[in-house]
Order: sequence, then structure tokens, then C-alpha cells
Amino acid sequence: MALVICVFTGTSHAQTANTCLDCHGALDPPLQVTEAQFSQDIHSQKGLTCASCHGGDPTKADMDAMNKSAGFRGKIERSQVPALCGRCHSDGTFMRQYNPGLRTDQLSQYQTSVHGKLFAKGDTKVAVCTDCHGVHDLRAPSDAASRVHPLNVAKTCARCHADASYMKGYSIPTDQFAKYSTSVHHEAMVVRGDLSAPTCTTCHGNHGAAPPGVDSVRNVCSNCHVFQAQMYEKSTHKAAFQSAGLPGCVVCHSNHGVTHPTDARLGTGSQAICMQCHTPGDECDKARAEMLAGLTNLSEAIKGADQVVGVAESSGMEVSEARLQQDQARDSLTKARVTIHSFQRALVDQDIQAGLKIAAQDLQAGRDALAEREYRRRGLGYALVFILLTVVGLFLYIRQNERESAKS
Amino acid sequence: MRLVSKVRGWLDERFGWAELIAPLREKSVPVHKLSYWYFLGGITLFLFGIQVFTGILLLLYYRPSANEAFESVQYIMTRVRFGWLVRSIHSWAANLMILTAFAHMFSVLFLRAYRKPRELTWVSGMILLFLVLGFGFSGYLLPWNTLAFFATKVGTEITAQVPLVGHELMILLRGGEEVTGATLTRFFGFHVALLPGLTTLMILLHLALVQRFGMSVPPRVEAQWKADPSKAREMKFFPNFLLREMMAWYIALGVLGALAAIAPWELGTKADPFGAAPAGIRPEWYFMFMFQTLKFIPSKIWRVDGEVLGILVFGLAGVVWVLLPFFEGKREKRGPRMLLGAGVFALCYIVAMTVYGYVAK
Repeated sequence: MALVICVFTGTSHAQTANTCLDCHGALDPPLQVTEAQFSQDIHSQKGLTCASCHGGDPTKADMDAMNKSAGFRGKIERSQVPALCGRCHSDGTFMRQYNPGLRTDQLSQYQTSVHGKLFAKGDTKVAVCTDCHGVHDLRAPSDAASRVHPLNVAKTCARCHADASYMKGYSIPTDQFAKYSTSVHHEAMVVRGDLSAPTCTTCHGNHGAAPPGVDSVRNVCSNCHVFQAQMYEKSTHKAAFQSAGLPGCVVCHSNHGVTHPTDARLGTGSQAICMQCHTPGDECDKARAEMLAGLTNLSEAIKGADQVVGVAESSGMEVSEARLQQDQARDSLTKARVTIHSFQRALVDQDIQAGLKIAAQDLQAGRDALAEREYRRRGLGYALVFILLTVVGLFLYIRQNERESAKS
Repeated sequence: MRLVSKVRGWLDERFGWAELIAPLREKSVPVHKLSYWYFLGGITLFLFGIQVFTGILLLLYYRPSANEAFESVQYIMTRVRFGWLVRSIHSWAANLMILTAFAHMFSVLFLRAYRKPRELTWVSGMILLFLVLGFGFSGYLLPWNTLAFFATKVGTEITAQVPLVGHELMILLRGGEEVTGATLTRFFGFHVALLPGLTTLMILLHLALVQRFGMSVPPRVEAQWKADPSKAREMKFFPNFLLREMMAWYIALGVLGALAAIAPWELGTKADPFGAAPAGIRPEWYFMFMFQTLKFIPSKIWRVDGEVLGILVFGLAGVVWVLLPFFEGKREKRGPRMLLGAGVFALCYIVAMTVYGYVAK
């Protein structure tokens, strides 16, 4: 073991000769590791060889390379993987040579994860390092082909978590990926290509992966949805949910299948959420109806102003200032929707009134522009009549003048 | 009327007014079925007058700096009473003036009005056409909007391709290596001082030459009149032709007003020199045929840079066009036919390339 460590730590930079691939490149799977495959591996690119993990002497040809006296360890058992990886990745001094910014707490985090805890109990079905990161073609997370690149994380987790037969015995659902695929987060990540959008590890953690738990859901969501969380702090729901043991944000928005929120959620239709708990006609129902009416009013006011300003703009009128202000009205609507999380009518109403004021000004600006357009067109009509009369007058004058000249 | 007579008498006593305007009273204009083409020059002059008038009004509010130009035009269009009308008329009249100047040039070419002794009238007219294009190019940048900024960038880059002096020419136009506020100030100077001065002088020369040689009669009509002098007709320039010309001016004014009221000239968005160029940047329509041609030319033609070759060909074509009357020569039929063919070709080429430039993606 000491020799392996010595080989691994002491000669890693210098190790370039790698005869292992000469044979393993020609073998059939699972023993096959090709040059093309291994050349993409981040460890290979940093100068490590097969012997760094498997031991042996890759500078020797044939079976001599796999001599146990040279520390050859053969196939790494799953039970040994976290410790083997941690041998380097938990060593800050060693890792600093390669990437000083890389964290070295992966193993300790893993040990706090559901995966790590079960692994410690002897469950080798749970994920170990190589299940997520791959082996022999292990790439940096920033590499788009990496299994742990933000775009690929959900698929990597789903390889186990969406496999009902594999997950049998763990008593957790296997529809997370299916739900996530319908979520607004998935849309942001995959459709819009926003790599900062949440994926599994954003909420569950990566090496320390675990469900957030009822008490910490709000903290997880508030990492991104800061203002919503601030408003929720002011709401009566916070205490009510806590005492009922309900997981905050998830109660209304769900977890994996978070869909785009609409104002209809405040309504009483099929998308209604409030009325799943509240009783029709109670004080909360009234507050809900008022807030919904406010949002609807503002939304309609913005649409109305947009339409009038749009017509004026397509007529060539200069309404760029009103267009710019419309963005502010839209910001007020967004702000009001965020303030809904306070569930306080007065706070929501402040934002709605601010937006309504701007939308009314823009509507007036649009109407003024249309009135100005009509004024211009009327002016044009008068001017054209005047021009026409002048042209006709000139024509008659010329004719009369020339007739008189011809007579004389 | 007595007051008018008194003023006329006063002027006559001091300046010999009657003697001064005698040539105008004597001046006559030939009358034939193609006489209406004579109006084009006058309409172009009228539009130039509109440009001077509206340009002076715009100067009251326009600020020629990169920080203020766009906002000042926006202010003119939204806050200044009838500012929108003045700016729209200025922009539309600029385009119509270029259109009528081109039409005037081709009408003179096809009616062979450039013939001896009017060669210099043609040359002065061609210089005026180039000056008008210069007005268009320099004025386009002044609102400092995105489209104008990038079109000017492309346009001035093309001048850099002129052999030997190209780079210096580009620096002269831009006031530096890049299109910046310095370019705007420079273009403003060209637009409101240099070009108007040169154009006024050239218009005076052009009008003096027209006055000196009179209106040209198309060769075929001239031959008919020679064969049968009784068929020759003419009208007095003052007031008969001038009144007719005024009718044309009024109609042009109506068209301008309608365009300004129904389709006000857009302002666009403020130029951001550090922003990305929007897709489909192209010059104003009157430069489109040259722009499209340069796009068609391969990057290398027999060791010579394609764009340089294109610029050279256009430069040479411009010089040849200015000197066109001198190429007619003494051959009675072949010379005129050759020039007519060149005119038809140029017109078709300009129209086809312009249309293609707008429809091609």
C-alpha cells in the first residue's frame, strides 16, 4: 500500500509511459480501455496513468506490468472507490499542484450524504464516485461531455433514481426526473441553456446529496428566490406551515415538478392552490380574491397600454419613452407577484397601484400619440386641399393668361 | 399695385432692375411632347431649397455630439412644436431630391441634352449629383442611431480600400481609426458648412450655364423643326414656364407633406459603439447598387483584392460618367448610340442591383 501511495503521490507528474493501454485497448469490455477513451480523462491529461489507481508498473511490457510486487491492485472494488478517490481528493497539499481552487471535502461530504451513510452500512448499490463521474473517461464538470456537467446532472441522477427496479427497497419515488423534465427549472436549463438554473444537485447537494428536509426547503429555494423568501418571512403562512410540519415553498409550488406560476393559482379554478386549504368566504379567501383582482387589473392595464402604444408606434409616432415606461409597469407586476408571498393585501396593493399609475400614464401617452396622428392627418388633408386649389388656380391662371396672349 | 410699381421704380433707378431681369423676360422654353422632363431640374432645386429651410430649423435644436445627438433629434420629434414635421420633411425631401437628381441626370442623358455646347452644364450637374450623395451620406449619421452608425462604419471602411490614399481618406472622414463622436462632429461640419457652400456655388454655375445656353431640344424634335420651322413652338420662361414649374413644386410639397404625416421618418435606437452590429446592415437605397456589387465581387481576382478592384471600377466609371459628353465624338450615329446604350445599361444595372440588394438575404 505504501508503494502504491508512493507511486501515486511521488511520480504522478513524471509518469507518462503507459503500456497498460497496449493490451487493454485491444480487449473486449469490461476490460477494454482504449487510448482514445483514456486520453479524454482529466487524470490522464494531468499526467496520471492507470497505475495511479490500479498500481503496477506501466513502464514494463506484458504481464510484468501487473506484478503484485510493483503494487498492482487489479480491479478496484466498489467498496474501495470512495476511499481510493479520497486519498488524493481529500489531500489539499496534493490537489493544490493540479487545481488550487478545487475543494477537498468531497469524501467528508459524501460521508454525510444518504449515499454515504448507506454505503457505510455496507450497501454497495448506492452511488459511489465513479457512478456519477465515470471511470477511465472521467471529465471535468465544466466539460459539456461530462456526466456531471450542469446539463447532464439530472440524467446522471436519473440513471438510478428513475429506475424503479434498481430503486426497489429504498421506498422513495422514482418519478423525480419525469417531474423535473416538466418543470420550469428544466426548461430554463435545457431549453434556454441557462447553466445557472437549478438541477438535482442545486437543491440536494452533490457529494453530500440528501433531501433538504421540511425545515430547510425554504432555505434551499431562497438561495435563488431571495425576495420571495423575504416576503414569506413576513407572512402568516410561515408559522402555520411550521406548526403543521409542512415544507414551506413546496406546499404550493411542489418540488421536482415546479411549473411556471400563473395568477390563476390565486383563483378558484382548476389551477387554484389557496382553496385547497382555505374555506370559501373566509377572510383569507377575500384577501386572495382582492389580490387576484389587483394582479388581473394591472395585467390588463399593461396589455391595454401596450396595444395603444403599439398602434401609435406602427403609425410611425415617436413613443419610445412610453415603451420604456411600460417596462417599469411590467416590473411592478412582477414585484406584486413576488409580494404575493407575504400574503398581505396592503403590500401587494402598493406594487399594483404603482404599476397601474405607470400603465395609465403610458395609455395616455399612447392615446395622445394617436390624437396627434389624427391631428397630423387632418392637417395634411387641409394642406392637400389648399395645395390642390392652388394648383388648379395656377392652371386656370396660366390658361387664361395664354389665351389672352394668343388673342393679342 | 402702386406700391409694387414704386418699389420697382426705386430699384430700377438705382440698380437698373429692368435691365437686370431683361434676360429672364426674353428667356423662352421649347415646347414639345417631351417638355415635361424640363421640370425635373427645377423640382430638384425646389427640394434643395426645402432642405436648406428645414435644415436651418433643425439646427435650432440639433446638438452634434455623440452624447446629445440622438436625444436632441428625439426632443425635436416629441417636444418641439411641428418638430416631427420639419425632421420628417427634411429626411423625405433628402431622399426625393436624390431620386429627382438621378432622374434629371438620366433624362438629360436620354434626351441628349449634354451635346455641344452644353458639356460643362452636364459636368456641373454631375458634380452636383455627387454633392447631393455626399449630403445623403453625411446627413444619415447625424441622428446617431444604430443603423446609421453601423452603415457609416461599413461605408467609411469601403473608402479605406481606395488604393494609396484609402486609409488617409478614411481617417479624414472618421476623424480617427473608428467611427466615434469625432466622426459625427466632422460629418456635421461637412453637412452644414462645406457641402452647402460647394453646392450653392455649383448650383449658381449650373443655372448660369443653363441660362447661357438655354434649354436643349431633343435631336429628333430639332430635326423636325429644322425641316418645318412652322412646327417650332416655345413659351416664355416668365411667367408661363415658371408658373407651370410652380405647379410641380406644389405637387412635390403635397407629396412631401403626405409622406411626413403618414409615414414619419423613424428615429430607431441610439447607437452603441460597443454593441454588436444588427443583422442586415445596409446603406441607404442610393448606395445599394454599389454595396451589392462589392458583395458580389470575389475576395481575390487574379492577385488583386476584389474590393479594391470594385472601388477602382466604380471610381473610373464615375470619372467616365462625368466626362460622358466628350466621348460622343464626331461620329453622327455610332457615338450617340454608344452613350445611349451605356445609359440604358447603367439604369438597368442600378435598378436591378438596388432591388436585388433589398430582396436578397
